[in-house]
Amino acid sequence: MKLAQLSSLIRSKNAGPFMLTFDIMFPDEQSYLRVKRSGVLNAAAFANLYRCRPEAVRFFECDNALAFKFSLPREIFQGDLGDGDLHGGQQFMPLVDIEVP
Amino acid sequence: MYVKRGSYEGLLCRKAPGREPAMRKKGLKMEEIRFVAAIGAVGGGIHAESLDEAMAQEPHFIAADAGTTDAGPYSLGSGKSAFPREMIKQDLALMLRAGKQAGIPILVGSAGTAGGDAHVDWTLDIAREVARENDLTLRTAVIYSEQDKAYLKTLLRENRIRALEPAPHVDEAVIDRSVRVVGMMGVEPLQRALEGGADFVLAGRCSDSALYAALPILRGFPAGLAWHAGKVSECGTMAAETMGKGVIFGRIRRDHFIIRPFGPGLRCTPQSVAAHTLYENADPYLHRESSGTLDLSKSSFEAVDDVSVRVSGSALIPSDAYSVKLEGAELVGYQSIIVGGIRDAFLIKRLDSWLAGVRERIESGIAKIFGDTLSKSQYHLQFHIYGRDAVMGRLEPDQKSVPKEVGLVLEATAPTQEIATTMALVSRQPLLHHPVPEWKGAITTFACLHNPAHIDRGPVYRFNFHHVALPHSQEEMFRTEFINIGNPVYETSAAL
Repeated sequence: MKLAQLSSLIRSKNAGPFMLTFDIMFPDEQSYLRVKRSGVLNAAAFANLYRCRPEAVRFFECDNALAFKFSLPREIFQGDLGDGDLHGGQQFMPLVDIEVP
Repeated sequence: MYVKRGSYEGLLCRKAPGREPAMRKKGLKMEEIRFVAAIGAVGGGIHAESLDEAMAQEPHFIAADAGTTDAGPYSLGSGKSAFPREMIKQDLALMLRAGKQAGIPILVGSAGTAGGDAHVDWTLDIAREVARENDLTLRTAVIYSEQDKAYLKTLLRENRIRALEPAPHVDEAVIDRSVRVVGMMGVEPLQRALEGGADFVLAGRCSDSALYAALPILRGFPAGLAWHAGKVSECGTMAAETMGKGVIFGRIRRDHFIIRPFGPGLRCTPQSVAAHTLYENADPYLHRESSGTLDLSKSSFEAVDDVSVRVSGSALIPSDAYSVKLEGAELVGYQSIIVGGIRDAFLIKRLDSWLAGVRERIESGIAKIFGDTLSKSQYHLQFHIYGRDAVMGRLEPDQKSVPKEVGLVLEATAPTQEIATTMALVSRQPLLHHPVPEWKGAITTFACLHNPAHIDRGPVYRFNFHHVALPHSQEEMFRTEFINIGNPVYETSAAL
């Protein structure tokens, strides 16, 4: 099943002007635990999708919020020349189709 | 007697004796401290009915922040607000009237979006208008947070400016070319303002959560709970299950706090409150503030009823050194843009090579006009190709699909607006007529959206600090002035 089908929200956003952060949230504990136990979400997988070093990625499993979080430094700082997403809100699509066994 | 406002406010009201906040006067031993988060951002449109409902619960203070970096560097660079004046005025009127009527302090931070001195003064001007029109007299603490360049250089030389990760390089030249640098205050300047008897605290750049943590900590409630309650509340109803019209109401007690929304159909759930601290934060558990790090790794969330959540276990780990986050903006240049589209399938198939040809023609045109007076390193030409990869750039996972139509934005950035405009004018002909090999004869390759084809954007800025300062004292980076605002007659008599 695709990650988007199991989650209630997949989003990206600035965490200040220098970081991007990604949240993957779930409607119930069952869906959250299914993804957590599958192990498909991890820093290495994220680094592969976002073409960055795994060491640059911060990954959190937030049990009480039924959510996963990834954060990484912005390649182009918010609003600087070349930045095409001032709020960082449209960077999440590579996560949508992750296959969850 | 008529006295020119600027002078008597500065000279007389500043020395007015501090009044005890209402709750102290009542002599109550506080078992809980209650607050209203009126909205996530002043200027967003406070929901008046929900504010009334929350006020009926007898809060001890009202707060809301008016700023963010999320709008981008323009506000800090230009000195302008990202929210319209009229909306800010409406929200301030609701907050100031409600607070004054209840006899409780009103706190507004990060005035005018970026919290620079110009932003604070602009917001103060709106507050004065509100106070006068509503017959309110408010002892107002105005806290400025813009930083002097010579002072910043001193801190830099003393190794008191430390980079956060990732940070642009900062040296004295960066400080010199900054338009404006602000320091983000924590609870301390707000607490001094409240202790000075302020009815209304209007702060420059300020930690959003600090607006909610200041008074509870001052009254002896646990710092971890106070900061966490602020963190949950500072975006308004975003902490509810589904965001909507309303306000957030909090009760901070000795070993927990309770958070709930007031607003049609709104509810907070343990998951919605727990999840809120993920939003716009790189780390969901650790949040650095001036006086320490808020640690939410041991927080627990329980439902109290259908709409309220009890939170406990949050802690503030005091830091060894008091730190103040710096935010700065510098001028990148001046910009003109051209917006249009391309539908020609032959052209779209070879878009990159075609654009390379267009760029070459534009650059040679610029070189012809400006010669040696403008080198290639002094200007910037950028194409954003909508429909292909304008939004994600290098990170776009689908590099193969050929779009049916693309939108194109050309950005020309230069040291002056005159040069940027000239660059845009030079760009129009190459965009319109650069050849496509499949076609013979005269062709028009670009669908301009506007006439004139270009738009002058004026100055553009970038953020140039992601650092903290380690000041010599908690006070030295912030300046507070006490003034009375309101009806001139009352102001004058109150002052004299």
